[in-house]
Amino acid sequence: MIPELGLAALWLAAALAALQLAGGVLAQRDHAADLAATVRPAAIMQGLLALFAFLMLLRSFVVTDLSVKLVADNSHSMKPLIFKLAGAWGNHEGSMLLWVTVMSLAGGLIALIERRLPERTMQATLAAQGFVALGFYAFLLLSSNPFERLPVPAVEGLGLNPLLQDIGLAFHPPTLYFGYVGLSVAFSFAVGALLTRQVTPEFARVMRPWVLGAWVFLTLGITAGSYWAYYELGWGGWWFWDPVENASLMPWLAATALLHSASVLAARDALRSWTIMLGVVAFSMSMVGTFLVRSGILTSVHAFAVDPERGSFILALLALYIGGALLLFALRAGTISEGQRFAMVSREGALVFNNVMLSATLGIVLLGTLYPLLAEAFGARVSVGPPYFNPVSAIFVVPMLIVMTLGPLLRWRHDNIDRIRLPLAILVAVAVSLALLVGLLASIGLLPMLGLVLSLPLAIAAFLPLVGRRLTRVPLASWGMVIAHFGVAVALFGMASESAFTRERLAAVAIGGTERVAGWQVTLEGIDAVAGPNWTALEARILAQRGAGEPVRITPQARNFWTPPQQTTESAQITRWDGQLYAVIGDQTSDGRWQLRLWWKPFVTFIWYGGVLIALGGVLAIVGRVSGDLKRRRATRRGATRRKERVGLRGEPSAAGDTA
Amino acid sequence: MKRWTLWLPLGLFAFFLGLAAYQLTQPKDEFVPSTMIGKPLPRFDLRAAADGLPGVKTADFTDGKPRLLNIWASWCLPCIAEAPHLASLREQGVEIVGIAIRDRPEDVARFLATHGNPYMRIGADDLSEVQLAIGSSGVPETFVIDGEGRILHQHIGDVRAADVPELIGKLQEAGQ
Repeated sequence: MIPELGLAALWLAAALAALQLAGGVLAQRDHAADLAATVRPAAIMQGLLALFAFLMLLRSFVVTDLSVKLVADNSHSMKPLIFKLAGAWGNHEGSMLLWVTVMSLAGGLIALIERRLPERTMQATLAAQGFVALGFYAFLLLSSNPFERLPVPAVEGLGLNPLLQDIGLAFHPPTLYFGYVGLSVAFSFAVGALLTRQVTPEFARVMRPWVLGAWVFLTLGITAGSYWAYYELGWGGWWFWDPVENASLMPWLAATALLHSASVLAARDALRSWTIMLGVVAFSMSMVGTFLVRSGILTSVHAFAVDPERGSFILALLALYIGGALLLFALRAGTISEGQRFAMVSREGALVFNNVMLSATLGIVLLGTLYPLLAEAFGARVSVGPPYFNPVSAIFVVPMLIVMTLGPLLRWRHDNIDRIRLPLAILVAVAVSLALLVGLLASIGLLPMLGLVLSLPLAIAAFLPLVGRRLTRVPLASWGMVIAHFGVAVALFGMASESAFTRERLAAVAIGGTERVAGWQVTLEGIDAVAGPNWTALEARILAQRGAGEPVRITPQARNFWTPPQQTTESAQITRWDGQLYAVIGDQTSDGRWQLRLWWKPFVTFIWYGGVLIALGGVLAIVGRVSGDLKRRRATRRGATRRKERVGLRGEPSAAGDTA
Repeated sequence: MKRWTLWLPLGLFAFFLGLAAYQLTQPKDEFVPSTMIGKPLPRFDLRAAADGLPGVKTADFTDGKPRLLNIWASWCLPCIAEAPHLASLREQGVEIVGIAIRDRPEDVARFLATHGNPYMRIGADDLSEVQLAIGSSGVPETFVIDGEGRILHQHIGDVRAADVPELIGKLQEAGQ
């Protein structure tokens, strides 16, 4: 009964999404007031029904209802509760249901509380939201029903794979989906604004928290994913330009650009069609990413959940949503006036420059990711890697970093470089002396050099907008910008330092033998055989000592899984404030020694600290913006009541205006 | 913004859509064929992977008799599945040379004791060097080598019952 209730709720939610779409579209004509009035309630109800369906799925997983195919395939009665719950979205059907649930709840929320935009724009926005949701409902109901029953209930579930019982894996998909959903809301707002030609600063303010939220989740997702790859794959690298990594980076780049152009629109009423364009692009990048990962069209080390049929479905949705939105853009954007003008040297000028640079970087990454697909159509198999991505993206990222250093110092509308002469001179002096210092002491590549030289001025400049202001009066959103920009500098420093100064030692070591890498003395004490639930491993006992410091024991492993047969390396790290020692154990050589791979990676952890700071900046900005909005709303309400009271005191008929 | 630039995103998107749809309908070839087919074997000399059987070197393939070269490992499950079919090839007089990938002598001995030994010789390829040099991307793979040591044919994946006649046919072609 429970799964059937869930399924029924899903069908009803789909019907309400259709109503939302029809009502919102018809509301654009003048005489459809009845239907238009249903749009907001339909959106709220749709969100609640989707939530209900998802709760029913959760319940089936909690009680391990083995007559449900999804439960039988992905769960097991002996699993700990937390992994039973996570199992509900740790598969294709459940994760799609989670996606559509979060999306519908977001739609319901804006239907419930958002009153700042013209009602017609809101209805068009909710219609777009219903349209997007409808596609996902169709996907779920027609090709991936999560509530499908088995003809005969299974005796026990199949999902006790300990490899998948990982807390990180349990929260990875929801993190991404929250990001994608935020971008889908921004997309709906963009389509609504485009349909009604209401591209106003108010529209940007309404859209901004959703973009910020999406951006925070995407930032956290990328940061965690990068650390996972570094930690788990045992190659000592933190970014591989793998298609799946690129699929997460592209929406992030678009969302970053959108965030900044929305700020320009909100503050200065400029960049109208550009913001709309980015709203469409950001969501399409998350859909393209999902498509590339799920369809298996690109070969990747991450190839999972691959299914060409699902791929076709996602591609069809992509064609419908993005093709439709871009068509609308081509037809409508010409009639949207450009908005306020501004000078080259101004805050807007810097933001526009960096928007273009971010978009160009996005284009470069997209091209590199899709190029193998294009080449394969002509019968050639190629793989595009760091030799393309690193230098080509640097062409745009380096100028962006320079402008990012100076941009926040400039005034809106119109400014003069002379005015920021002093900070500019200081920053240039810092950069030049850093370049000379590094150039004299070490010989490193051009890109790491640029990264190092730009990171310190950027870190300093990030705090300059605070100079001369009372820190307690600085708005939270400005703190957000400061922290996020500082985070970029920290991550940049970590990346550059890791690329420039990593010391590597690959050696065949006998038991009891000692190797040295960058001030560390590493002794292989012994090799033990250890076993886990479905693997056996060779574990190295390694004693590492830095200078005359306390020796630390680490135990990297080479694991052999038997279902499926697979070899993995479990690296071991020692973290210090100024870097990480990274050890991997390899095969035994023919004379009985062991291959030991050691890295000293100076300041590598700064990459992920930086990522966390960037996300923290985003959180501060959301809190600042939303609490500001709430305050303003309370103020207007108080003003309205006071006006009413005054009218009442004067004894005039106050109801006259309301009923008219 | 000029009018035509507004259509540019849609045009680019349509191009992507066409490309993706085209690729999605193409049969996806999961196998990576060796580029070494038709070329002579690279030079190598591998030590014996198990006691009692000799190792493998390039010169072993140039005595005029066509052979199968089987890339396998004791830790590989499909290799267990193909063991009976290799045995039936052996019974029909086919000479099979094995190369054990990243393996240990005691494991190789245990595998041969459990699943039978169809091999004339087995070389130990501890770092997959020979495997990569002949263009094999996984285990198991089976190559048909002619009497002059040239690679004629590559079979990717485990040898199944249906593949046995095909491999024998290829070997006969190689002998002519």
